[in-house]
Amino acid sequence: MDVIAANVVATTDPMVPMPFRITRVIREIPGVYTWHLKPLDGKPFHYRPGQFNMVYQFGVGEIPVSISGDSREPDTLVHTIRAVGPVTNAMQELHAGAVVGIRGPFGRPWPIDEVVGSDIVFVTSTIGLAPLRGLIYEVLHRRQDFGKVIICYGTRGVDDIMYEQDLHRWRARFDTNVHLTVHSAPSGYRGRVGSVNAAIRAARPDWSATTAFVCRSEALTRQAVDTLGELGVTKDRVWVTLERNMQCAIGLCGHCQIGTTFVCKDGPVYRYDQIEHLYSVREF
Amino acid sequence: MSHQPVVVGRDGLAALIAALHSDGFRVLGPTVRDDAIVYDDVVTVDDLPAGWTDEQDGGRYRLKRRADNALFGYAVGPHAWKRFLHQPLLRLWRAEPDGTGMQVATDAKPTERFAFLAVRSCELHAIAIQDRVFLQGPYVDPHYQARRDGAFIVAVNCGEAGGTCFCVSMNTGPKAATGYDLALTEFPGEPHEFLLEAGTERGAALLARLPQRPSTPADAERADAVVAKTAGNMGRHMRSDDVPDLLLDNLEHKRWDDVAARCLSCGNCTQVCPTCFCTAVTDANDLSGATERTRRWDSCFSQNFSYIHGGAVRPSPRSRYRQWMTHKLASWVEQFGTSGCVGCGRCITWCPVGIDITEEVSAIRGDAPGGGHGRA
Repeated sequence: MDVIAANVVATTDPMVPMPFRITRVIREIPGVYTWHLKPLDGKPFHYRPGQFNMVYQFGVGEIPVSISGDSREPDTLVHTIRAVGPVTNAMQELHAGAVVGIRGPFGRPWPIDEVVGSDIVFVTSTIGLAPLRGLIYEVLHRRQDFGKVIICYGTRGVDDIMYEQDLHRWRARFDTNVHLTVHSAPSGYRGRVGSVNAAIRAARPDWSATTAFVCRSEALTRQAVDTLGELGVTKDRVWVTLERNMQCAIGLCGHCQIGTTFVCKDGPVYRYDQIEHLYSVREF
Repeated sequence: MSHQPVVVGRDGLAALIAALHSDGFRVLGPTVRDDAIVYDDVVTVDDLPAGWTDEQDGGRYRLKRRADNALFGYAVGPHAWKRFLHQPLLRLWRAEPDGTGMQVATDAKPTERFAFLAVRSCELHAIAIQDRVFLQGPYVDPHYQARRDGAFIVAVNCGEAGGTCFCVSMNTGPKAATGYDLALTEFPGEPHEFLLEAGTERGAALLARLPQRPSTPADAERADAVVAKTAGNMGRHMRSDDVPDLLLDNLEHKRWDDVAARCLSCGNCTQVCPTCFCTAVTDANDLSGATERTRRWDSCFSQNFSYIHGGAVRPSPRSRYRQWMTHKLASWVEQFGTSGCVGCGRCITWCPVGIDITEEVSAIRGDAPGGGHGRA
């Protein structure tokens, strides 16, 4: 056997996880945690916003997770994970210092150069902010390349608002609007209460020159696209993500197919008009 | 190739097998085991299924004696060559705990080189299709590549059409056109001879080492007659030109309910299919604390196949059959520039309830029952 020791050689085999050490654990909201990771080989981890990794806990299992950090800081890999299954629940017990395996980055990133010059509207809810955060960072790094930048973010309640520090920071900027909305709030809450669609309607970009990035469940994605459509954003200017079972992440295991597309290599980011037909077929 | 075909006898075939062995190949070919023709190690020409043929129909496969001693007088069995190139079970790596971390180790690349003996034209197409999947995408599968590289292929032009064959419909046979080192056509009876043609330089070099006689125009005519007869005896037909659009335009056709009522979701079709490539990744921990990741053939017919948090994307047999068939015949074209079906008929033969992909296509198209399509 060729031994790939923890800090000796990199491998070119995309199926072999590389060891990363958790340097920081942040409890975001109940059941959601963020890891900061550093590769044991010390090499920077380059990726583009929207890509994902396969994250492996030794002896437990491997899951696909989008990358939530700032792609301009390749020395720190950031993943935000929600504990929903056996692997993500086990991962929740890990502390700083633990070593996990990373394969990646995989998948098609969010388009950025292609949308230079347009107004940007982000539409997302609860943990959907995690796959979008890297893109928001990048858009703000290149703020002068875009028109208005508006973040429409909805959560169920006031206790599951993700990345609050970021939201405060973004909201404090004069060149960025944040429309935060919650579905239900205790009396006395002074923020917006209502659906994300209402938050979209509250935004005031030039809708005819807007590119929207939507990251929500499949059912809610359609709602958001409908609302955006009513306001004048055509479907070819809406970018969305899809989620499917992934085991290899390199287009060879077959699990992530929907219709003709492999989500792991053709996605997870798609232009909505190119996959719209997939949304209307049950169990496809 | 400019090389002239030659004619060899059974001794020539024996010499071919011996030459491949002496060149360091592991020779794999048809053998009889468990009442079926399966691909396994071939040591001598006596390991080949002399005098056997097969009867095939939906859900039915029987070996039967032939009147002659033909070595390749059968169609295809349950095995496809993918079991050697794209292994059913493969260890991807093994990891051991190491302080707070882990040490991951991979197996050395196999050094074994394969020689495949008696590869049907449909199977050559199937190998070419898997080459596209595993070697020509954004990621190359190093395991497939290691086994595929240098594999020596001896094709056989079909002398018998199986009861579920429809390569003519898929333009994939019965005559081997490309992708082989040597191609043979069998002339059973007396004298028992084989016309051998080289498709590559190394095939020609090997050919030169066999006891042989030059071929005559009469031999070429005989060989043409063999494949012409086979082409005329296809057990199944499927109009394939319109299939991708036909299926993708009929995702809610009532026929999906009909086939779902018969389909057992057993996945046999995916296991015998020479192009199905899906795999599952499984981790197993042992008591020493080490863990191994293996890759195993998987099937889109299992409910787990599409599991994401919250449940399966395709919980119903209807959606799973539709996934398999639309992928095989339609999505595949967009993904890989070719249909995923080569018309070998294995999925029909090995379906325990005899579901017939050609019949399902006809039903969705609305062809009249018994109109020359589907089951005889």
